[in-house]
Amino acid sequence: MTLAADLPLWAALLIAFFLLIGAGLALIGSFGLYRLRNFYDRIHAPTLGTSWGTAGIILASVIYFSVVESRLVLHQLLIGVFVTATTPVTLILLSRAALYRDRVAGNPDVPLLHPLTTPLRTSSPENNPAAAHENTDEIKE
Amino acid sequence: MSATILYWSVTLAQIALGIAMILALIRMIKGPRAQDRVLGLDTLYSNGMLLMLVFGIGTGNSLYFEISLIIGALGFVATVALAKFLMRGEVIE
Repeated sequence: MTLAADLPLWAALLIAFFLLIGAGLALIGSFGLYRLRNFYDRIHAPTLGTSWGTAGIILASVIYFSVVESRLVLHQLLIGVFVTATTPVTLILLSRAALYRDRVAGNPDVPLLHPLTTPLRTSSPENNPAAAHENTDEIKE
Repeated sequence: MSATILYWSVTLAQIALGIAMILALIRMIKGPRAQDRVLGLDTLYSNGMLLMLVFGIGTGNSLYFEISLIIGALGFVATVALAKFLMRGEVIE
């Protein structure tokens, strides 16, 4: 609070707006992580905090340091680029690990690995329509 | 006037991010399975990173930006390593 006395009013209002948007979205995301029932529901919730929560706080930081130092300060955008690039990677890896663990544990709520080709492989050739079609072609030739 | 607005918005944002970190910590402690704990740790890391950015606005010090960048990088590496461990049982094969 040392440099904030000479801040203009519009800058203070913009900074407060973006700060409260960002922190509120992070709080909603963490509350969803605490509250939702299933893991696959829960993995969606913290992305509120990592998408627009981070963007709001970074915009507030950019506005604050640009106004206080009276030049354009953009190095906070590096955090935004980094978080935007890494969050989908971590969540894809984590959700695939969770899906693998659920399939190994035999959880009936998750889909199978190949839901279309697995019944065809286990069925007999007489009941398989694709194989029957191949047989008729051979008879015609 | 602007100092008052800035002070209260920074304080409210710090309180909200602190509550968010507590909720992520609760999910990390009582999460029924291992992937819930890893997701809680990832959320805790990202909320701590945002809290460091808000500290940087509140004190006017640009050093907190570097702390928050380090927290983000370490959170990414930790979550990737834990997800690899959950998938394969080994981190480096």
